[in-house]
Amino acid sequence: MTSKQTILQAIKKSSPPEVPLPDLQDLGVCYENPEEQFAEVLKAVGGSCFRVKNIEALNRELKNLKFYQNARKIISLLPGVGEPTVDFESVEDPHHLEDVEVAILKGEFAVAENGAVWVTDRGLRHRAIYFITQHLILVVDAHQLVHNMHQAYERLAFTNPGYGVFISGPSKTADIEQALVIGAHGPRSCTVFLVG
Amino acid sequence: MDHSTRAAQFIRNEARVHWHDQALWYVRVKRDKMAQSVPEWENLREIAAQIKAHTMSRLPDYLEMFEENATRLGAKVHWAVDAREHNETVYQILKNHGVRRVVKSKSMLTEECHLNPFLEARGIEVVDTDLGERIVQLAQEPPSHIVLPAIHKKKEEIGELFHRYLHTEKGACDPTYLTEAARGHLREKFLKADAGITGVNFAIAETGGLVICTNEGNADMGTSLPPLHIACMGFEKLIPRAQDLGVFLRLLARSATGQPITTYSAHFHGPRPGGELHIVIVDNGRSQILQKPEFRRVLSCIRCGACMNTCPVYRRSGGHSYDSVVPGPIGSILSPAQDPQRYYSLPFASSLCGSCTDVCPVKIDLHHQLLAWRKELVLQGLIPFPKRLTMKIMGWVFQNTWAYEGAGRLVRWIVPKLPRSVLYNRWNVWGKQRELPPFPKESFREMYRKRRIQESEARNRK
Repeated sequence: MTSKQTILQAIKKSSPPEVPLPDLQDLGVCYENPEEQFAEVLKAVGGSCFRVKNIEALNRELKNLKFYQNARKIISLLPGVGEPTVDFESVEDPHHLEDVEVAILKGEFAVAENGAVWVTDRGLRHRAIYFITQHLILVVDAHQLVHNMHQAYERLAFTNPGYGVFISGPSKTADIEQALVIGAHGPRSCTVFLVG
Repeated sequence: MDHSTRAAQFIRNEARVHWHDQALWYVRVKRDKMAQSVPEWENLREIAAQIKAHTMSRLPDYLEMFEENATRLGAKVHWAVDAREHNETVYQILKNHGVRRVVKSKSMLTEECHLNPFLEARGIEVVDTDLGERIVQLAQEPPSHIVLPAIHKKKEEIGELFHRYLHTEKGACDPTYLTEAARGHLREKFLKADAGITGVNFAIAETGGLVICTNEGNADMGTSLPPLHIACMGFEKLIPRAQDLGVFLRLLARSATGQPITTYSAHFHGPRPGGELHIVIVDNGRSQILQKPEFRRVLSCIRCGACMNTCPVYRRSGGHSYDSVVPGPIGSILSPAQDPQRYYSLPFASSLCGSCTDVCPVKIDLHHQLLAWRKELVLQGLIPFPKRLTMKIMGWVFQNTWAYEGAGRLVRWIVPKLPRSVLYNRWNVWGKQRELPPFPKESFREMYRKRRIQESEARNRK
């Protein structure tokens, strides 16, 4: 007998009572001003949110960011946003992204409830870029903002192989005496631009 | 050694106990604030409990569905009956790939199976990458909490540890400075790793995907640089649908650390292009728990640690006093199921106040199970003789009115006359840190009887 059969047989010996799978239809909080809620929560978890009308306004705000001004190795995967200095597509090995300082990437949608942005590896050569960069900038279409996690999952299908992650703020830890420290392994900052 | 003996070592330093207690209470308060900000919180807990109960009732179907879907996406699924098979499986995969260096993100399952020493004995370097886990790994200690592994350590101790191993400045203990040093140290490990091992928070049956939640981003970093990813999970991590994550991700971080969601909630569906994903599904005693109706709900646990943060015993006795991979109330019902002889004292490490049950995001009836375990352990004959004898005598006294009244009278009469040396001896465990209360002259029953007589006399006079 294989281990799989052994385990399944052992599980079948027990017969917990049948419980119906609950319906999740009525769940989720909606906010009067989801953009405000998103910005507020993102700030509370150590990130920052900018609401801009268009790409020109985004670029203007970008130039005011101190870490951006000082950065030499910049990646941008959004045409016309920022001034990239590294050609992401020509990087063969994700290990070579080690010294990237700023990465400007696209977020598919944002969640007002918890300040999270959904990003994926679709069409992305190295998903490591989300974590290995020193500073992360996510650009999200302002119309792609959902209220809560239930609405978020309504948008996600997972039918094909792929990777996706909700990112809510910068990498952080409180493992030393509960003192919050921003910048554990991943980005030291997480800036979200809501555009449109 | 039992829980109270180990707890006695911990509480020797009173200031430290207070500090530990406060640190965890702070997390509990953050959890409360977050829970109260969600108007449908109680409803969410109920639904989460139902989803888990439903999954348990259809587990074989969902496990096979998960394997089928995960395989379709390109992952390789392995099954392990026990810890030994789990470790062997992981080792074989690593060996086949010629792996020498592994980065590992937090996984209580691999702790439970003692994977690290198993791999290290076979020449593989394993680096725990969660900061707390790395701290206890360097200190050669087990984690003392499932979410905050190094909560028992003072920053000065961590500073010393880092000075020795990471060459930080002597005496430096600023958390930001130490974290920065660990960041540099671990980044090097990430870049040099041949494989990443992770735990699993949720496995989705209908999609064949895995969800892993961290704040540091170590699971994502560790699986997006090396080409090989091994994910280890107990079979109870399964949930039926992707939409169920809406419920669980809303509960998990709020209950664990009082955050609206973990910084990273990563969804893995199949391996990275050009990489490999292996999923090891482990039983290791879980199917035994499933067969016990009164204890099976413990398998709903999503490992948030809220029951530890709120537990008055855990906060004051420290995680190591439980001497088990999972401490606190949840550990006190999981561990005796694994090894009742070794962990017989854990279900007694509770005041049965029920606070754990109140905060549990999946509504496990923790304090009821603690009580049920005490009964089970008595039936199995695992309770030490002095405790058994005392319980027998007490039971008999409480059942017989005359014995109860007589014993009360005797104690009230004799105790005030006894010298201190007789009263406070090693058999009086209660009196170790406490003074006995002043003994009343008469019992409640006697007072009540007297009062009734006085009242009826007064009535008769009228």
